[in-house]
Amino acid sequence: MTLAAPNQPAISGRNLRKRFGNLEVLKGISLDAHEGDVISILGASGSGKSTLLRCINLLEIPDEGEVVVAGETIALSTGRSGRREPVDRAQVDRIRMQVAMVFQNFNLWSHMTVIENVIEAPVHVQKRPRAMAVEEAEALLEKVGIADKRDSYPAHLSGGQQQRAAIARALAMHPRVMLFDEPTSALDPELVGEVLRVMRTLAAEGRTMLVVTHETGFAREVSNRVVFLNQGVIEEEGKPADVFAAPKSERLRQFLSGHLRA
Amino acid sequence: MDFDFLGQTLLLLLGGVPLLLQLAFFSIAAGAVFAVLLALMRLSGNPVLDHAARSYVFVFRGTPLLVQIFLIYYGLGQFPEIRQSFVWPFLRQPYWCALLALTLNTAAYSSEIIRGGILSVPFGQIEAGRACGMSRSLIFRRITVPQGLRVALPAYGNEIILMTRSTALASVITLMEVTGIASKIISETFRAVEVFVCAGAIYLILNFAISRGIALLERRLSPQTRERAAPAGVPEPAR
Repeated sequence: MTLAAPNQPAISGRNLRKRFGNLEVLKGISLDAHEGDVISILGASGSGKSTLLRCINLLEIPDEGEVVVAGETIALSTGRSGRREPVDRAQVDRIRMQVAMVFQNFNLWSHMTVIENVIEAPVHVQKRPRAMAVEEAEALLEKVGIADKRDSYPAHLSGGQQQRAAIARALAMHPRVMLFDEPTSALDPELVGEVLRVMRTLAAEGRTMLVVTHETGFAREVSNRVVFLNQGVIEEEGKPADVFAAPKSERLRQFLSGHLRA
Repeated sequence: MDFDFLGQTLLLLLGGVPLLLQLAFFSIAAGAVFAVLLALMRLSGNPVLDHAARSYVFVFRGTPLLVQIFLIYYGLGQFPEIRQSFVWPFLRQPYWCALLALTLNTAAYSSEIIRGGILSVPFGQIEAGRACGMSRSLIFRRITVPQGLRVALPAYGNEIILMTRSTALASVITLMEVTGIASKIISETFRAVEVFVCAGAIYLILNFAISRGIALLERRLSPQTRERAAPAGVPEPAR
């Protein structure tokens, strides 16, 4: 992993726009994450948070705008069908290896054991020697606290364990940036803590993270920047201390008071 | 009961088993390859390929196999173009006609089973593959196929058994497999019940073996459900 030049963002989305049918979900969003940034993305449901994250690793192709990873712009063009698509799939695949994603619903591969899930991409995509990948995967499972579940299938794990396995799977690719798409929203309240704990550790290690979340506590304590989305635009952003203590926009005030009451 | 007659009949009928197995095996194998192709055409998103595969399935699923066998055996020979082409040495023989009809027929059914299997793989798991930088073909090989296969196997097992029985229809175009031999013995002895009981028993035993084989394969392919006491959705007994 080469470090990006200090003034160059690890990843940035520029003027991203996305519409689904008549609904414009993203109305021109620009967001830079530098090495070591932990950015929490807040917003009511439907504000475009998840779509923003999915555009950044091109699970959704933005209608306008571009994504730049460590200085490399992902080439998109308008195809014959009139839809925008990547010019070079191999480039997208290569970039995705550097931008790992943790999903709301874990999305572990259900026919593979935990360890098989973790070594899949290192062995088959990054072509690392299997023995090395296994050794490293075991260390990662230790780190997220599920070393004893090494040979279990996802169906036999709790939600919190599944999500921690998914985090280990993401880490195994040595990503430059990690995207978290509401990683605790599908969990029972008592399981949220164990996943947030792992994420705190990662943040403390200086990993670059973009986290879509409803956990305002996590956003306040762990991230160094908070972005509040409202109806497809960035309504407010700043240091968590400023944003939470003195929200400037009326929408954010309402959003935060709703969350504090809950 | 005339056990002597039953025993002799059984021996005669067993002579038809190799042909039966040949027809079943080759038609299922070739049909499976064709079926994968059809399923991929249906899922390609290309309207021309999709429509072609759809029409094919519509025709071959919508008409009786018996009619298809007759059309291929009696029908194709009517076209001089076919009679003069390189396929004629094959298509003039009932064996190849039966094999062709069985293959085309099972391909239509199997393609739908395979399509269902592919579609059953949760989209989130495909996305997880994409997010890891896996290419389309790698996702297909490593995620879609192993999971789709498990889902498709019970239905596909049905299809294998159906095909094994359907080979009986090859007897109508003079092939001497088990049913063909049975008809011949009946026309000589007029003892339809005993002969058909023997023939039925042979099919029963074959299909018993096949269904055991499929159950075994299913078990091997689904380690993640094996160690669980009850499949998801089945309520656990009260503790």
